[in-house]
Formats: sequence, C-alpha cells, structure tokens
Amino acid sequence: MKSDIKLFIDGKRLDGRKSDELRKIKIEAGVLHRAEGSCYLEWGGNKIIAAIYGPREAIPRHTQNPLRAIVNARYNMAAFSVDDRKRPGPDRRSTEISKVISEALEHVILLEKFPRAAIDVNIEILDAEAGTRCAGLTAAAVALVDAGIPMKDIPVACAAGKIENQIVLDLGKEEDNFGSADMPLAISPRTGEILLLQMDGHLTQEEFDKAFDLALKGCYIVSDLQKKAILEKYKPILKEE
Amino acid sequence: MNQQKKREIVIPSQLLGEVKNKKAGRGTFVEKGLIYSEILGILDEKSDYINVVPIKGRYDPVVKDFVIGIVQEAMASSWLVDINAAYPALLHVNESPWDVDFGETEKYLNYGDSIMAKVLQVDKEKKLQITLKDYNLYKIKGGQIIDVEPSKVPRIIGKKGSMITLLKKYTKCRIFVGQNGRIWIDGNDVDIKKVIETINMIENESLSFGLTNKIEELLKKDAKDVR
Repeated sequence: MKSDIKLFIDGKRLDGRKSDELRKIKIEAGVLHRAEGSCYLEWGGNKIIAAIYGPREAIPRHTQNPLRAIVNARYNMAAFSVDDRKRPGPDRRSTEISKVISEALEHVILLEKFPRAAIDVNIEILDAEAGTRCAGLTAAAVALVDAGIPMKDIPVACAAGKIENQIVLDLGKEEDNFGSADMPLAISPRTGEILLLQMDGHLTQEEFDKAFDLALKGCYIVSDLQKKAILEKYKPILKEE
Repeated sequence: MNQQKKREIVIPSQLLGEVKNKKAGRGTFVEKGLIYSEILGILDEKSDYINVVPIKGRYDPVVKDFVIGIVQEAMASSWLVDINAAYPALLHVNESPWDVDFGETEKYLNYGDSIMAKVLQVDKEKKLQITLKDYNLYKIKGGQIIDVEPSKVPRIIGKKGSMITLLKKYTKCRIFVGQNGRIWIDGNDVDIKKVIETINMIENESLSFGLTNKIEELLKKDAKDVR
C-alpha cells in the first residue's frame, strides 16, 4: 500500500523506536478470581485479558478425544477496541486467529494428562493497536501457567515486518496499515520450535530471513518478561515468617 | 526436619537437573536426558528424586482418596457427582448404603446434595467412580463447606494430622477435609468462623516453617475452654 505518511524520520520510527526495538510491554498474571488462570497484558497500545477455564469435560460430547484434551482458544475483539466500532461477534478474522492460537497452544500443553477434557482459553482484546494475535498468544501462555496446567514450554510470539524497504521489529498501528509486510511468529523458546508463522505482504528471501531472525530475537525478549511476570506474582508466597 | 532449606518456585520448561544424577519425579518431564518442570510449583528435591509440588491446579483423583462431592445429576441407577476434578464422578446405586429401587435415586440424593465419598476407581480414560460404602461416609446434613486449593490440603491436615487435630481441639467443630480441596465444618457459628479464618491463614502461609506451632499459639490465645 502506497501512502503519504513517512514511517521513518531521521532513522527513527513514528513512535521514536529504533528498527529493532519492541514496544513497551507490561504483563500481570492472575488478575481474575473466577478463572482458573488469567493474565492481563499491555503491549504498546494493545490491552488484552486472557482467561483459562478447565480442564473440564469437553462439551458437546462428540468433540471429546478419549486419548487427550482439546484446546478451545477463543479470540475476541471488543466492539470498542478499534477506532471505528467493530461489529461484535466472531468473524472470519477472529475465527482464523482462534484456530491458529489453539494449534500453537496444543503443541506445548501436556494434553495426554487430561483425556476427554477441554481447556478453554478466552482471549479478549480490550484495545487494539496492531499485533494482537502475538500479544494474545503471549497472554494466553502466561494465563495457562497461572492456571497450573502442565506444559512443556511457555510459548511466546512476536512480529517483524517491512516498512519503507526496511525490516523492523514489532510493527505499530501506522506501520501495519501502511507498511509492506507483516510477519507474526510464535515459538517454543526452550526448543526453538516454530508454533505459528504467518505472513502478509511481500518479502524477498533475504528480507524474510532477516525478518525471521529479528522476530526470533524479539520472542526471547518477551519470553523473559513472561517468566518475570509469573515469578513476580508467586514470589510473595515464599516470604518467611 | 529439613529446616531452613531454601524453597524455590519453578515455572514450566525450567531446567531442574540431569537424568544421570537424579530421578524425575512428579511434576517433571524428561527430554534428551534432561529433567524439566512441567508445572508452576515449588521445587522439592529428595535424595534421589526431583519433584515439583503444584501451587495451583485441578484435583487429580487417586483411588482411596476421601473427597467431598456435590451431586450434579440423579440418573435412573446412578448419580453424577462433582468432586472438583476435571470430570464428574459416577456413584452407582450399588455403591450406596441404601436399597434404591430403579428410577428412585432422587429420593436418596438429589441435585445439590453433598456427600462424603471415597474414590473407588480411576481408569485410563479418567472415568471416575466413587463409593459411599466405607466407614464414616454419608450424606452431609448441616454445616458448611469451604473450598481451598487442593495442593494445600496436606498442609491443612498436617503431619500425621497434627494441624487438623489442633483445630478440632481448640474449636468445638466437627471437621472433615476432603483430598479434593473441600472442607466440611459443623459446629456453632462462632467456631465455624474461627475455623474458616484459621484455614485461610494456613492456606496463605502454607510455605512458612513452624506453622503448626504458630497456629497453636493463636488458637490458644482466644480459646476459653479446651476440650
């Protein structure tokens, strides 16, 4: 998409970031009482709440798997999360994101421990500013740990993209709208396995490799923040006397 | 015992050790000869085992556990009971102390009733069966049921029941602790309130050392007459 907006001013991006800098991230675990596990996450202008319910018996019954649990992620954007009111309810985009997040999470949860069960992951986007699927998955992962669900790893996601012929990390709103490519990536940080990789726009082979490496680097930064958030929530119970 | 041993919180995927030196216990998994934690919990290193004790999570039923269940549904020859696990448990009429005619299960237990029960069977598919046929198992009448985190139950019972004996001694309550994190308390209102307060305190400070003594002092202070 061609635009009149200049996305780079004196080597700095619109919000003053360098090309390999992330937006500000704040993660808080265990914010909801009724949910088994929950997480509130702020990633730049994104505000997201993730809640875990279950494991519980999967309903309807035909969805049950006698050998393992199923993961039902539900990504939902609030009507007030974007500038123009979004028509509430599931649409093509949110159905797709729900599916890819479910599949990413299925790879890290030890599903064999809960045959016939379902784990419900609700991801609610309260405020959106590009990169909500990455932020949603990151929040869901923290909430799963908070719920005490056995996992092989804590998944994490981050995006990279291309604006004005330059590869940058973690696209902001204008960069996403007027840039030429966006590539969200989710990994399992312990093993480095890829859980989710999508791309929209065009990149050459070299650009792709560069963007991939950049996103990977971003993932590890966010992963550290996730772990810190969980430990911060549960450190106080260790206080002695 | 192991006083002042440092306690550590571990998160999933945290490296805990090697299979060469230690055995992987509960709450851990092994990959390529290395032991990792699979849950959020507290590290518990025994001489040759590495265990992780969960902080949160659903009750995982084990055969012969005593649990408190709430009836969800009365069917023709059985009941479905919620025991705080991932799945409802089945209570067949043959496992009840009554002689129930076919289709008359509702006369004995109905939706919302609470029972003390024992886990009879857990199969591979995690289908649960419970029974009422054991000493001290019956339908609960009166009293109050509170919920605690299932992983804290051992702490509330204490070593060889020390903590729970203490509670019973200083309050005139009847208490039954289910392994699934439900506790039934019966007595007068003041005592029930005190028990609930104490249990909340135990739950919050479950990780501090010498808790039993601390609780005893606290209970002693405002107990007028000791049974």
